[in-house]
Amino acid sequence: MRLRFADQARVASVGVRARKVRAFLSALGIAIGVAAIVAVLGLSSSSQAGLLAEIDRLGTNLLTASSGQSFSGDAAELPREAPARVGNLDAVESVAHTGDVTGAHVYRTPLIPAVSTNAIQVRAASLNLPSVVAAGMAQGRWLNEATATQPVAVLGATAAKRLGFERVTPGQRVWLGDQWFYVAGILEKAALASELDSSVLVGYPAAERHLNYVAIARGAAVAGPPSTLYVRAATEQVAGVQAVLAQTANPESPNEVDISQPSDALTARAAAEGAFDSLFLGLGVVALIVGAVGVANIMIISVLERRSEIGLRRALGATQRQVRTQFLAEAVLLTVLGGTAGVAAGMIATVVYAQNQGWRVVVPVEAWAGGIAAAVVIGAIAGLVPAVRAARLSPTEALRTV
Amino acid sequence: MILELAGVTKTYGDVAVLRGIDLRVDEGELVAIVGPSGSGKSTLLHVMGTLERPSGGQVRIRGVDVAGLSDERLADVRARDIGFVFQQFFLSAHATAAENVADGMLYAGVDARTRRRRAAEALDRVGLAHRANFRPAKLSGGERQRVAIARALVGRPAIVLADEPTGNLDSATGGAIVTLLHELHASGATILVITHDHDLASRMPRQVQVLDGRIVGDSHATALR
Ligand SMILES: Nc1ncnc2c1ncn2[C@@H]1O[C@H](COP(=O)(O)OP(=O)(O)O)[C@@H](O)[C@H]1O
Ligand SMILES: [Mg+2]
Repeated sequence: MRLRFADQARVASVGVRARKVRAFLSALGIAIGVAAIVAVLGLSSSSQAGLLAEIDRLGTNLLTASSGQSFSGDAAELPREAPARVGNLDAVESVAHTGDVTGAHVYRTPLIPAVSTNAIQVRAASLNLPSVVAAGMAQGRWLNEATATQPVAVLGATAAKRLGFERVTPGQRVWLGDQWFYVAGILEKAALASELDSSVLVGYPAAERHLNYVAIARGAAVAGPPSTLYVRAATEQVAGVQAVLAQTANPESPNEVDISQPSDALTARAAAEGAFDSLFLGLGVVALIVGAVGVANIMIISVLERRSEIGLRRALGATQRQVRTQFLAEAVLLTVLGGTAGVAAGMIATVVYAQNQGWRVVVPVEAWAGGIAAAVVIGAIAGLVPAVRAARLSPTEALRTV
Repeated sequence: MILELAGVTKTYGDVAVLRGIDLRVDEGELVAIVGPSGSGKSTLLHVMGTLERPSGGQVRIRGVDVAGLSDERLADVRARDIGFVFQQFFLSAHATAAENVADGMLYAGVDARTRRRRAAEALDRVGLAHRANFRPAKLSGGERQRVAIARALVGRPAIVLADEPTGNLDSATGGAIVTLLHELHASGATILVITHDHDLASRMPRQVQVLDGRIVGDSHATALR
């Protein structure tokens, strides 16, 4: 006579309900293993999702063209007209640029000896730079038409830290070149233009007027030259723009122009984040194996202790198969309880960490479904020998105990 | 004829525990099997209850020779036709009296609702309706054995086999259990009680004496003769 499912479930849970602490402890190993695996898979997926979302926000259509080295090995320069020429390309949406003001150093006060450099680069920047490189302001405000002509600077995220700025208050200054520059704001980290992080940015007119950053164009002195162009291309025509960018920026010596697509590095990193941490995964698997041995051990002890129950059930009409099923189901119940708790713990860990990082929470179906499935399989394997032993027990021998 | 044994033997290795048992039990009988410890009474009960297969001879339950039945079919016979009562009660400590009794029909293919209803009836029959929701730990020894008897009866088996049902009880409580068995017998149940206690056996309508695996006396057979 087949047992109904509800009866089967109740019979399978007899042992678990009778010894809750023991059940808890024996399921713990499985729970830890599954939790580790779910958390590892969930965190790697979530961090990848976070990075992909970031890439999406930043866009993959930004190209940079910078003055590399000339054939002779000197620092090359881009022509003064390069931004305008590149901007004239049909497929180019916008162009921003910076010019390296070499020889200018920045300090918090004039008292620091000039020899102690702090690896902060002073750059002249076009006013549209933040929008083109998709970098926002962490503090204060960006340059405008007026402040671009004044001794006013905006600090990159790293530069601000090095100079000891946490927040921007009116009247704060840095000693730049040989005079005070007011600090207007601090940039956020620029993921697509990380060179800006360690920069102090001023307007081109200010660079010309106060730092003597001049280029000669058509015989007249003008601010410049640009060192790096930041080019937003139409998304479908990035490759086309990339192909002609060097030629357009510097027709006379295109091979002195370095072209790059900064989102490439991020995309590569995203692919790497998707690969999970195999050390933790390995630890999870070890915990599962230890948990399986623990469950098998507990089940064997349980069968020994419950001989009279087994004998009684046979006397009440249980078949060998029903006894076997009972103990197999009990082992699976234990591991599935552990597995479910593990999935919950792994998911909670993922949610907490991902939200902390501002990532979208992604727990792959394979992670939680796999965790539960692994628990079922482990329970079946761990419970097999004890269950067969219970079923083979002769009922009269089982009843003779006590 | 509920139960019929013909030339039943049981040997363990070269130890012959049962040496040719012939016994017939009719519907509605109350039979005591009495004999000293080690004479093979429990083994006989196990063979009659299909928990153990005989080494030789025939066991018929309601006319069916159980020798040819598979494990599944034997289990079915136990689930429907036989109720067991043991000296040690064998109640589940984690279930109430009613749940313990209902489990008597767990393997008989009866739905849970019917099991609960029949358990309540059976508890009432053994005078424990007021203890239905007690766990065994809260019951006296006599009450526990009543629960076990209710569990044996709940499926309305053809025969109840009781192995030393008063063995763990003091004499007054044991006497009350014997009275209960009489009442159940009076209301139609077929009951076979194993005991080493001659006083107890003498209160039964029929006594079968066992010694060294043989039947050495049967009051019923004498009466018939
Ligand atoms: N499985 C077994 N293996 C070996 N000997 C057994 C087994 N079961 C019972 N016996 C022996 O059979 C004899 C009768 O046992 P039992 O039927 O329990 O007697 P009783 O119930 O009358 O005291 C005892 O000597 C016992 O040791
Ligand atoms: Mg005995």
